[in-house]
Amino acid sequence: MADTLVDVHHDEHHGPSGILKYIWSTDHKMIAMQYMFTGMFMAIIGGYMAYVFRMQLAFPGISVPGFGQVSPGEYNALVTNHGTIMIFWVAMPVLIAAFGNYLIPLMIGADDMVFPKINRLSFQIFLVSALILLASLFVQGGGFGGAWTSYPPLSAMSQYNLTDLGSSLWLLAVALEFIAFLLGGINFITTLMNSRAPGMKAYDIPLVCWMIVIASILFMLSVGPLIAGAAMLFLDQTLGTGFYDPARGGDPILWQHLFWFFGHPEVYVVLLPAIGMTIDVIATFSRKKIFGYKLVLYTAVATGVLSFFVWAHHQFIAGIDPRMANVFTVTTLLISVPIAEMCFVVIATLYGGSIRLKTPMLWALAFMAEFLVGGVTGIFLGASGADIYFHDTYFVLAHFHYTFFPIAIIGTFCGFTYWFPKMFGKMMNDTLGKIHFWGTVIPFNFIFIPLFVLGMGGQHRRIYNYQHFPELAGPEMYLLRQVATIALLVMLAFQLVFFYNCIISWIKGEKAGRNPWEANSLEWTTESPPPHGNWPEGLPNVYRGPYEYGHPDRETDYWPQNEPG
Amino acid sequence: MGHGRPIATTRSATGIPTARLAIWWVLASEIVIFGGLLSVYLMHRLGHPEWAAAAAHTQTWVGALNTFVLLTSSFTAVLAHQAAEKGDGKKAAKLLGFTILGACTFLVIKSFEWANEISHGYTITANTFWSFYYTAAGLHALHVIAGAIIMGYVAIDAYRGRELHRVEIIGIYWHFVDVVWIFLFPLLYIAK
Repeated sequence: MADTLVDVHHDEHHGPSGILKYIWSTDHKMIAMQYMFTGMFMAIIGGYMAYVFRMQLAFPGISVPGFGQVSPGEYNALVTNHGTIMIFWVAMPVLIAAFGNYLIPLMIGADDMVFPKINRLSFQIFLVSALILLASLFVQGGGFGGAWTSYPPLSAMSQYNLTDLGSSLWLLAVALEFIAFLLGGINFITTLMNSRAPGMKAYDIPLVCWMIVIASILFMLSVGPLIAGAAMLFLDQTLGTGFYDPARGGDPILWQHLFWFFGHPEVYVVLLPAIGMTIDVIATFSRKKIFGYKLVLYTAVATGVLSFFVWAHHQFIAGIDPRMANVFTVTTLLISVPIAEMCFVVIATLYGGSIRLKTPMLWALAFMAEFLVGGVTGIFLGASGADIYFHDTYFVLAHFHYTFFPIAIIGTFCGFTYWFPKMFGKMMNDTLGKIHFWGTVIPFNFIFIPLFVLGMGGQHRRIYNYQHFPELAGPEMYLLRQVATIALLVMLAFQLVFFYNCIISWIKGEKAGRNPWEANSLEWTTESPPPHGNWPEGLPNVYRGPYEYGHPDRETDYWPQNEPG
Repeated sequence: MGHGRPIATTRSATGIPTARLAIWWVLASEIVIFGGLLSVYLMHRLGHPEWAAAAAHTQTWVGALNTFVLLTSSFTAVLAHQAAEKGDGKKAAKLLGFTILGACTFLVIKSFEWANEISHGYTITANTFWSFYYTAAGLHALHVIAGAIIMGYVAIDAYRGRELHRVEIIGIYWHFVDVVWIFLFPLLYIAK
């Protein structure tokens, strides 16, 4: 409408050339790819760490191929940084930053983010934070080993954690990462609010965009106190203040409150984008309109609000008043209601659809199935009575991975395989995609179901060698540990299929064309991959919602958002 | 006007200009940072009545003077916005210069105040009241410094008649920095 083509291609013509063009690009798609590949690189490191410490747990004292013998300090650094990397440098950058950057402008019909330079700055800060974290593993004393939750006094006092420099660098990296995502989040929120294509009303926005933006708002509102808390922890570590030292008027539980006030909404910060992608994929491959678009949207908002009132369920054994524990038990169990509702929406969408079982659809269905296990086991941990027994066992760990693995890995593969044709202009090989799918999902269950059993058997977390605990060192427990470790090896091996598939499809895959999945949303109306400025022929207008599949009055079973009446 | 700005930036589906919308989200994220820090301080302060003895050593009149300086600097920021609305970039730049001067005065006073306190042994590790005192005021001072630097850029642009809408945006941010201090002053100085 009022849009005029004011030198959009400015950067392309006058910007830096060669490799600098990629590093200094302000194009949202390029920044998305930077986030995506940095995240995948970090995922390989995080996966390698899991391999090393799982080998130590299943075969204590073994010289791990590719690492060597694992010392107790190294073990602590490995588990700590595995958790930190997978959440802050894999799940966040890939699910929110990479997909958010790639999808939001394309799905709302804009040529870029509203603040391209801030977007670039966000990635650069993120990259620096990743480098600081990796550097922290190689300083004197080794990487930080006080768990990704970083509870003081262990994290605050170097005489306890023995990683003087490592823990400060770890904290600095996490704080920088937060700042990077605040900058990115402001960009996402403002872009979605202001830059939609003419005609696109609030309920015409694809759900995945809504989800990424709601997640960004949740992140922004929950991380603030932790940024302040991190500054306080940093001062405790470096200057010797006593914010978390009870002997000097501080309080170590304070950190737990600040951390989990952020930490629990954080679950939903990464969950919502994953659910959003799954829902979009499920609509496309069931050829049906989403059952209850507004329901999903309102549910997501309700989940977000509720997620601010559940944090103390992480602290049931931290000396919390039992009456307070009751309150948090109720809120925690309540939050399973909106999530269950989303599962029912998905089932209702599938019902009666003409389902196409392509690779992205398999990932989407697996996401729902596996996340359900994570959700149901969460009920036991949310109930304070049961949690007193389960707390700090492998039951918690397995529950956590049944939520985060579907989110960060299955959700990512779902989105990646779905939008790969758009990102690279080629179709992925579907057979290889399915081999990779089954090779990931089946071993995943063989890793974590044994860990549930071990947790119920009383196996505590954060233990370097169970041989030192006779009641946890029986052959039946070691068998389960070895099953989990071997399943991990199988799963990691199958990732080679994925990388091979990416490369071979990129080089000689079938050309994708504009809209290989016959989908409705705007990103499918431009070339694959989209050029700088996204729609060289002019930005699209929008006439309807993104889920108009199987309309009775039309010959084709889809109806792109930009086709006039 | 546009320095190769994408069309996305020029759109306004909400009716609110993009920059103003964004600055309010920046403030939202800042409010939770300072909100978290100050509520932690408040809870600790209520739990430790003996901190009043430490707080008695803060110099209320210095804090009051700084409050006056900051409020005045916010006033010139408002006048700068008014000038920018009228399209008078040179006047806006000059008024923003006064605001920057206010920021510098604030920081100079703060430096003398802190130097004096530190020389009397009230360092950041002296007790946890002083830890909060330096952390909260220090975080605020970082915002003053950042604001003053950005304001310098905005003023240079405004002087050349460019990007006049940014005068309002930096003004909104500056009022926020002011409001944070208005919370800090009673909490750290007046409550003895």
